[in-house]
Amino acid sequence: MKPVDVLSQDTPWSQIHTLMVPAYLQTWLMVGIVMLFVVTLGGLLGVVLFNTSKRGLFPHASLNHALSWLVNMGRSLPFLVLMAAIIPFTFWLTGTTIGTPAAVIPMIVAGTPFFARLVENALRELPADVTAVGLVSGGSTWQIITRAQISEALPAIVAGIVLNLISMIEYSAIAGTIGAGGIGYLAVVYGYQRFDNHIMIATIIVLIVTIQLIQFIGDRLVASLQHAKGTHSS
Amino acid sequence: MIEIDNLHKHYPAPAAKGKNIEVLKGISLTVPSASITAVVGPSGAGKSTLAKCISLLEKPTSGSIRVNGKDLSRLSGEALRRERRAIGTVFQSSALLQRKTAWDNIALPLEWLGVVPRDIKKHVGQLLESVGLEDKAHHFPSQLSGGQRQRVGIARALALKPSVLLADEATSGLDPESTASILSLLKQLRDQFGLAIVLITHEMDVVRSAADAVAEIRDGRLLQQGSLQHLLAQPESRLGQQLFPLRPTEADGELVLQLSYGDRPLATDWISQLSQQYPLQVDVLAAHVEKVGERLAGRMQVAVRFTQRPLDTQTLIQQLYRLGINSEIIQTRAALQEAV
Repeated sequence: MKPVDVLSQDTPWSQIHTLMVPAYLQTWLMVGIVMLFVVTLGGLLGVVLFNTSKRGLFPHASLNHALSWLVNMGRSLPFLVLMAAIIPFTFWLTGTTIGTPAAVIPMIVAGTPFFARLVENALRELPADVTAVGLVSGGSTWQIITRAQISEALPAIVAGIVLNLISMIEYSAIAGTIGAGGIGYLAVVYGYQRFDNHIMIATIIVLIVTIQLIQFIGDRLVASLQHAKGTHSS
Repeated sequence: MIEIDNLHKHYPAPAAKGKNIEVLKGISLTVPSASITAVVGPSGAGKSTLAKCISLLEKPTSGSIRVNGKDLSRLSGEALRRERRAIGTVFQSSALLQRKTAWDNIALPLEWLGVVPRDIKKHVGQLLESVGLEDKAHHFPSQLSGGQRQRVGIARALALKPSVLLADEATSGLDPESTASILSLLKQLRDQFGLAIVLITHEMDVVRSAADAVAEIRDGRLLQQGSLQHLLAQPESRLGQQLFPLRPTEADGELVLQLSYGDRPLATDWISQLSQQYPLQVDVLAAHVEKVGERLAGRMQVAVRFTQRPLDTQTLIQQLYRLGINSEIIQTRAALQEAV
């Protein structure tokens, strides 16, 4: 027996793609824009965090503490709470509180500190000698950061980008609740609010396949970057 | 050459108030061109802080580090970057960039300096040749053995044509064979490029086989320094004892002497010369003899037995000195008799 049959308006399977394809592209557009900012800003923040620490190129305890505190603050709120909390900021920046532009801002705000920590950790995992080698080889700060630190940490940073990208896709679904387009919006409005089970199932399948694919490609990419490391160590 | 003069290094104490921690307390050391000076000492003596100061990674609190007459210890920023190429640094376990080939690791300092690619190619090729790794140019560090990685590290340190090479525990963690080959490479480079090499190490084997001079630091101070031959030839030298340790058997003679030689020409047949000249027999209780530089250096303990009338001890010591041996009395007959 189907108790809510009256309300159920399952989209016919043959029609799913007319809703799914634009929403899917919308998700990627949103996540693409967000990742652009997250990787740039978060990467910068991560590099500065590492290099202001004791092991960095320009140690600066108070700046390091301030940045670290800021990053922790950005990471302490659940995304839904953060999204609601920064509505005034979002409105000030975009002039709206709903839709894709309104969703992109909190996603950047949530993603940037996350990525900053990932980059900082990747740099911290490097042997301490990497920076020292850069210095005794006569590198400038910029040369040491780009050609020694980031270059050596690249596999870990790429793994971080993959991790972050998956989080952002997840966040984009949550942002669907404030009317951001994309696959999350589809799931919330059709699947949840209209009890459209077909859409719900299709969304779940698309998301699972997408995440699996991203992780698979990401892992291959990291492995190919690490290929230089060869097989044996010691 | 590198001249280190009255080097002090303090670190602020962990607790906010209280005195600074003095790690280096006035180290003075000169390493002339084309020579290798080993800096030895127990861990915590200040060796690695000294290394960081020499490689200009740390600024000394006071004192100076002059390379070819120019004080580099006070520089910072752009000037430091420009001048630090006078000192090449080889780290422990040859810290190489793992994602770059041997070739790219060596080329890095040249690329950063802005050398044109054609010259880089030529120079890196020469460097690979001088460290004997022409065939490994395109191997990644993980595809090389420990000794080969250290060779790449040395080649990189030499890329900017420094006049001073600092090897900070460069052979630690290498097997004896690789250690020997790295040390002979350092000696070859010393002669080839006239390098002043500072070898910071805790391995006495390394000192014995590679150093021209030794400096011992302990608790942030220089305890003793001098040429290897000179230190070995002093019977009472602590470094000599560490370099050529002796474990003598029980003495059974009328006179026990500690002998050492190496700073003057030696009559290698001194035992026969002595026993032909005087009525005595020499029993070797312990000995360590090795070629150091061009000369034979040795430390030993001997017991002297007189077959007839005992010889005056002073005469014997003078005779030994004439043969090229420095001696110190450890036990005399009187002392032996007292013991009985």
